[in-house]
Amino acid sequence: MKTQDTLQFSRRSFLRTSALAGGGMIIGFNLFNACKPDVEPSIDLSQLNYNDFNAFIKISDEGKVTIFAPNPEIGQGVKTSMPMLIAEELDVAWKDVHVVQGALDTKNYTRQVAGGSQSLRQGWEPLRQTGATARQMLVNAAAAKWGVDASECNTKEGVITNANGDKLHYGEVVNEAAGLDVPENVKLKDPSDFSIIGQDISNVDIDEIVTGKPLFGFDYKREGMVYAAVLRPPAFGQKLVEFNDKNARAVNGVKDVVRFEDKIAVIAENTWAAFKGKDALKATWTQDSEAESTEFHDEKLMGLLDGNSFETLRKDGDVQKAFAEADKVLERTYESPFLPHNCMEPMNFFAHVTEEKIDLVGPIQTPAGTAMGIARKLGRDVSEVSLEMTRMGGGFGRRLYGDFAFEAADISNLTKLPVQVVFSRDDDMAAGIYRPAIKYRIAASIKDGKLTGYHLKEAAINSNMYGLIPNFFPAGALENYQVDVANYRSNITTGAWRAPYTNFLASCENSFFDELAELMEVDRIKLHLDLLEKVKGTTDERIQYSAERLQDVIKLAVEKSNWGKAKDGVHQGFSVYYCHNTHVAEVADIIMDNDFPIVKKVTVAVDCGIVVNPLGAKNQIVGGVIDGIGHAMYGELTFSDGEPQSTNFNTYQLIRMNQTPEVDVHFVKNNIAPTGLGEPTLPPVGGAVANAIYSATGKRIRKQPFINNLNLKEVIG
Amino acid sequence: MPSYQLKINGSSKTVDADSDTPLMWVLRDQLGLVGAKYGCGIGQCGTCTIHIDGVATRSCLLLVSQSVGLDIVTIEGLSEKGDHPVQQAWKEVDVPQCGYCQSGQIMTAAAFLEKNSKPSTDEIRNAMQGNICRCASYNSIEKAVKLASDKLS
Repeated sequence: MKTQDTLQFSRRSFLRTSALAGGGMIIGFNLFNACKPDVEPSIDLSQLNYNDFNAFIKISDEGKVTIFAPNPEIGQGVKTSMPMLIAEELDVAWKDVHVVQGALDTKNYTRQVAGGSQSLRQGWEPLRQTGATARQMLVNAAAAKWGVDASECNTKEGVITNANGDKLHYGEVVNEAAGLDVPENVKLKDPSDFSIIGQDISNVDIDEIVTGKPLFGFDYKREGMVYAAVLRPPAFGQKLVEFNDKNARAVNGVKDVVRFEDKIAVIAENTWAAFKGKDALKATWTQDSEAESTEFHDEKLMGLLDGNSFETLRKDGDVQKAFAEADKVLERTYESPFLPHNCMEPMNFFAHVTEEKIDLVGPIQTPAGTAMGIARKLGRDVSEVSLEMTRMGGGFGRRLYGDFAFEAADISNLTKLPVQVVFSRDDDMAAGIYRPAIKYRIAASIKDGKLTGYHLKEAAINSNMYGLIPNFFPAGALENYQVDVANYRSNITTGAWRAPYTNFLASCENSFFDELAELMEVDRIKLHLDLLEKVKGTTDERIQYSAERLQDVIKLAVEKSNWGKAKDGVHQGFSVYYCHNTHVAEVADIIMDNDFPIVKKVTVAVDCGIVVNPLGAKNQIVGGVIDGIGHAMYGELTFSDGEPQSTNFNTYQLIRMNQTPEVDVHFVKNNIAPTGLGEPTLPPVGGAVANAIYSATGKRIRKQPFINNLNLKEVIG
Repeated sequence: MPSYQLKINGSSKTVDADSDTPLMWVLRDQLGLVGAKYGCGIGQCGTCTIHIDGVATRSCLLLVSQSVGLDIVTIEGLSEKGDHPVQQAWKEVDVPQCGYCQSGQIMTAAAFLEKNSKPSTDEIRNAMQGNICRCASYNSIEKAVKLASDKLS
C-alpha cells in the first residue's frame, strides 16, 4: 500500500546538533516547523540557536536518551506517542528513553497547540525523519572511527555494529557525531521493521498520576501565591452595576476585593476562603442585552430552519428539481442542546505581573495565542511574557480559550500579586464556552427506488459548520446535493467542543440514513456501500474521505459485531462516519430493561492508518465512544433568562461506570500514515444508539438528550 | 482561628483553619497533599476521595473540625512506593487519559477491594459509579479493579 499524506519539509529548517559541555549530544528541532510545514517560521533560519527550537533529543555519554516534548498534553497521549516516533527511527530501546515536558516560555516557544486530532498525523513524517537523521549521524561517526563505510553498519537498540563484529553504543560516539554535518535524504524504516511503533506503550506520566503527584494547574503552588475567586455576571447579557464587599472582606483569609470589567475578584490566602468570600459578595446586575432562554433559542432556530436566510456551503446539481420530481421525499428535523465541557479539572490559571515581566503558568491548549493576547491587552511586549504549561485535567476544546488566563493576568496586574484564578465547579459550568445548541433539517428525494437528492440545513447558535465539513459523505455520492447554514447571534459564549461541528451532525445523518433505508426498503449497509461506490475515483478535491476506507470499516464493523445475527433481546444500531481524517464504523447493541435502553456493547471499526500506540489508541477510541453515548443520552444545559440552569453534577449528568457498555475495538490493518483519535469515534455513536433504540422500540428519537424523549420516569442506576 | 491536630498518612499534623473548612482544602492548600483533587465540592464526582478509618470518603464534604481523631489516608499514603496492588493494576492496564480523576478512582477501588476482594463485574460497576471520568476511561478502570482483585487474592 502506498503512504499518503506525506508532508514536505526541509530538514535544515528544523534540525541542529551540537556537543554538550558535560558530554553527550543534543539535537534541537523545531517541532512546530516540522508539524506545520505550510507555516513560515517567523524567525531568520540562518540565525537559529537552540533557544529557537522547541523540542530536543539529548543523548548522554551513557547512551541514555531524553526527549523534551513541548506539546500540550490534555489526555490525548501525545506526550507518549510523539516521542515514540522519534525513538523508533533513532533505533533505541523504549526503556532507555526518558520523556520530559519541555521547559516552556513564550519568548522561545511560541508555537504549540493541541487540537483537532492533528498532532500524530502532522508529526508522522518529520518526527521520524528527526530520529533517523540523528541515527545516521551516530552511524557516520562510528563508521569513521572504524574506517568502514557507513552503509556497512547496522543499529539495534542504541548499539552500532559492523560486519567485522565491532560494537559501539551511541554514548561512545555522541561527541563525534555532534560535530558532523546533518545528512540529507536519510532512509526511513520499512513499517515491517518497526519495533516501538505498534507496541503497547504506557502513558509516560503514569507513575506520577497513580501516586497523586502535583501535575495539574490546580496543583500549582508558588511562594506568596494568593487565590482569586471571581464573581461573574450570573446571566449572559448582564453588566455589573454595583457591589458591597463588607461581608466578603470579613471572611477569614480574604485579603482584598477588586473589580475588573464586569467581574469582582476575591483574593484570599487559600481556595476555600476565596470561594467563601465570593459567595459573601452582594452585587447588583443589569440586563444589558437579551436575556435568552432555551424556549427562545428553540423558536429562533426553528424560525431559521423554516426561513430563507441561509448561506449555501456546497451545491451540486439542483435539489429543488430533484424534490419536485421525486416519488417520495423524507424530511426530518433533529435537535440538540448546549453542552458544557465539564473538564474534571475546573478552569484555573496562575499569573504574576510585575514591572519586569509577566509570568503565566497553567493548563492551556493555546499557549502562544494566550500569551500574545495578554501582552497586547496589558500593553506589554510579548518578549516580557513567559508561559509554562501544566498537564491538563481534560481539555475537550474548553482550554483552547484563554479567558481564565486573561482574568489571572488582569487581577495580578491590578494587585501586582502572584495570583491563581480558581473556578469552582459552578463557575466552570456557568462561565462556559459551550457547544452551541444546533438544529438540523435533512431532506432526501427518492425516484424509481433511487436516492436522487439530499439537502442538509443547519441552524446554530452563533456558528457551527464550516471548512470541509459540507463535503463529508454523502457529498460526492449524489448528483443533487446541498448544504445550507444559518446562525442566530447570541450573547451566550460558544466554541469548540470535542469533535466540534460534527459531534451532533454525525448522529443526525446516521439516524436519517437508517430511516431513509427503511423508506427505500433497502438494507442499510448496502445503501451505504452502494453510495460509496459512486464516490470512488472522484476528482473533487474537497472530498477528503476515502470511499474505499469507509467501505472497509463498514465491512469490518458488520463482521465483528455479528450484525443482523444478534441474540434474542439484543437490538442493534449502525453508524459510520469520517472526520478528523479518520474513518470509523460503529454498531451499538442494546437491551431493554423495564422499557429503558441499556447499551451493552459497542463494536468499533477504525481506520486510523498505522496504529502508533495501540494501548493509547484504544483508550482514545473507547473514551470517545462512551463520552459520546453519555452526552447523547444525558447531556443538556438549558437557560432561563440568560442563566444556565445546571451548574454542578447534582443537576448535570455525566455518564458513570454502571451506565457504560463494553467497547470492542477493531483496527483496519494497513501501512497508511497515521491519523488522530482524540475525536473521531465520538460523533457517530449517538446515531448508532438512536438506531438501536428504534430497532428495539419502533421509536425514532430525533432530539438529544435521548433521556428526555424516552417517556421514562427514572434513569438507570 | 482554631487549631486542629490531624492524623494523616500515619503522622500527626497541626493545622490552623476555620472550623467549616473542608478537609480537602486543608490537604491541598495547607499540607501540599494535592492527590485529592477538587472536582465539584458537593460529593458528586469523587475526585477528592480519601480513606477515613479505611472507608472511601469525599474529602470535600468532611470538615476539618470533624476530622480530628480519625485515621486519614490520602493517595500519597496509600503505599510507600506507589506499588499498592490497585496502583500496580492501574499501571499495567494503563488506565489514565488526562489522569485528573484517577487518584480518586484508585482510592475508591482500594477501599472497596479491602471489603470485597473477589467482586463480581456488577459489584465493581456499582462500587465505582460515584467517581466520574470525563475522558470516560471506565472500561479500563473496570479491568484494572478486576486485575487488582486478582493480585490481592
